[in-house]
Amino acid sequence: MITATVETRDNYLNHEYGVKSWLLTKDHKRIGLLYLAAITFFFFLGGIFATVIRLELLTPPGDLVSAQTYNKLFTLHGVIMVFLFLIPSIPATLGNFLVPLMIGCKDLAFPKINLLSWYIFMAGGACVLYAMLQGGVDTGWTFYVPFSTSYANTYVILTGVGIFISGFASILTGLNFIVTIHRMRAPGLTWFRLPLFIWSMYATSLIQVLGTPVIAVTILLVAVERGFHLGIFDPALGGDPVLFQHLFWFYSHPAVYIMVLPGMGIISEIVSVFTRKKVFGYRFVAFSSVAIAVLGFLVWGHHMFVASQSVYASLVFSFLSFFVAVPSAIKVFNWTATLYKGSISYDTPMLYAFGFIGLFTIGGLTGTFLATLGFDVHVTDTYFVVAHFHYIMVGGTLMAYLGGMHYWWPKMTGRMYPEGWAKLSALVVFLGFNLTFFPQFIMGYLGMPRRYHAYPEEFQVYHVLSTAGASVLAVGYLIPAIYFVWSLRFGKIAPDNPWNASGLEWQTTSPPPPENFEITPVVTYEAYDYSILEEMKVG
Amino acid sequence: MANHSLALRHQFDDVEQQKDASTFGMWIFLATEVLFFGGMFCCYTVYRSAYPAAFGHASNHLDLILGAVSTAVLIFSSFTMACAVNSASTGARNALVAFLGITILFAAAFLVIEMSEWRMLYKEGLMPGFNFTYKEFDPGHVQLFFCMYFAMTGLHASHVTIGIGILAIMAFRAWRGAFGPDYFTPIEISGLYWHFVDLVWIFLFPLYYLIARHLQG
Repeated sequence: MITATVETRDNYLNHEYGVKSWLLTKDHKRIGLLYLAAITFFFFLGGIFATVIRLELLTPPGDLVSAQTYNKLFTLHGVIMVFLFLIPSIPATLGNFLVPLMIGCKDLAFPKINLLSWYIFMAGGACVLYAMLQGGVDTGWTFYVPFSTSYANTYVILTGVGIFISGFASILTGLNFIVTIHRMRAPGLTWFRLPLFIWSMYATSLIQVLGTPVIAVTILLVAVERGFHLGIFDPALGGDPVLFQHLFWFYSHPAVYIMVLPGMGIISEIVSVFTRKKVFGYRFVAFSSVAIAVLGFLVWGHHMFVASQSVYASLVFSFLSFFVAVPSAIKVFNWTATLYKGSISYDTPMLYAFGFIGLFTIGGLTGTFLATLGFDVHVTDTYFVVAHFHYIMVGGTLMAYLGGMHYWWPKMTGRMYPEGWAKLSALVVFLGFNLTFFPQFIMGYLGMPRRYHAYPEEFQVYHVLSTAGASVLAVGYLIPAIYFVWSLRFGKIAPDNPWNASGLEWQTTSPPPPENFEITPVVTYEAYDYSILEEMKVG
Repeated sequence: MANHSLALRHQFDDVEQQKDASTFGMWIFLATEVLFFGGMFCCYTVYRSAYPAAFGHASNHLDLILGAVSTAVLIFSSFTMACAVNSASTGARNALVAFLGITILFAAAFLVIEMSEWRMLYKEGLMPGFNFTYKEFDPGHVQLFFCMYFAMTGLHASHVTIGIGILAIMAFRAWRGAFGPDYFTPIEISGLYWHFVDLVWIFLFPLYYLIARHLQG
């Protein structure tokens, strides 16, 4: 009976058919799925590079690939994962899909620009892929000068142009979100009734809009300098290579928060629903997102403690880096406080949320180790740093992304994923992740430098553990890829509100109709007010 | 087609919200532009404070007259752009098309003047990467000055060129009767963009042409 009505209901997936209806769509939900397809491709491509890196590091001598190839592998892994997967991951897929649904409007403010951003992203991605096929690039994802401008013999300009272009996709997405969140909230949906996911998307958008232009112009200067043999960052002409690092990290440090803030938003949603409680200290969690966005712009110098920066500047950057840990800690404490006396259920999204909270805490605390000047000098450019940022980006962002994908999958597709397999994969991902990256903290502390393709024998045991973990992790990522696709056809039909959540996105059908809501909702309650659901049933 | 733009797009509740969102979106875009140019202004500031003497010498190789004339031309185009927005709001179609046309002409004039300045610098051997033969005072840092000069004025010129394209489309749509007193948001936000482009030049002109004049005598 229910099945029959669901099948016939008009939704954004069956409203129109054909390739053209997808490639020319202005529906934010379909554009979210277009992004999903693209970034899934880039994720597995970046994963292949990581696999070869881990295989090379299984044995101490550089035997599987040459040093030059190894340089290209870690560069492409970084470039693809950072610029083509992590930056767009949550905002462009789940964000695109959810922002209008969560604030109760029909679409983003600028649907055409939204579609344009996908094409720009694809053009940028195509440039990077073309550079890869031509022979790749070996500068590291950071493109440090003067190596990138004067010495590298690889496709620096082409890759740079790809990043430059895809940056504009990120800017346009952020711009669209800011305008939409400001101007298009449903009647009664005040700022402090917004879901925390929206607050975190707002903070993320601020960084995208204000940070991305700086990396764009920096990469442009590198490309111009390399192409026309100018001397903007070239020390031979009085240019300053450290200035490049300042400009680069002015974006690339806040970019870390572009990656992790949306994840934090997802965790707030999931923790609340699966404890049946309001998020503890809603306003603190909301403002901590904005605080992270603002403070995140003031800490870039901690990437340059050993790059001839004055010791006083380093002191200030060190202090500010500790300071940014405060709003991050507020979030972790408040999620934990939300769990207290909640009626917790252990569905898959919640398992990922637990994973996030634990791994983000480890990643964040080791971040404060690195903000400590003396300690940082010891571990700069070692695997300790590699482990730290993978705990944030993979343990944090990717766990949250997978949690969010499971949580909203019923809304996006109208199908449930298989719970048993999903729980298993969450466990496999968690174990595989820790096995991969925890040994890297130890070997980094013991002095294993990053970006080396050969190493002394005493580090081998850690590398073997890490590679073993990476293969477990790969299985953990393949399982969801398989069952998500499987569920599109064979999954149970999802009800409109499978988690009994109170957000507006759950009050429309699964999958939603093209216009999102048949009647524009009017909001009279705060976010995460689960008593309202009981009233609705009675009413 | 002409009436299409009058219609309320489906995602908005009313015309007011639609207009509001478009204008707000443009302001945010301009914020990204400020940071886009900001990166380069930051480089300029760092290098100028590091090598004031070389930057002073280099600055005096630029043609003050050409710079001043192009500044005046650009300011005047901002004025005609403001007139265009005003004409749009009163529904004066012919005046709108005319003012947009004049703005485009002045923008083109600006580019012509700038190109002649670049040509002159090329001939004098002051264009790094193409023809740089300067050997007098601290040639390395003078070259740095000209690298920054061409990078920043080049980026600005590309914005002027894009602006001409946008204004041409607007003039065409205005000529077709797409705008009226109740709907001229595209004209208004194109105007915002154009004023921004002018404003960037208002900073570039003193930083490159004026700041070292006192060293000449």
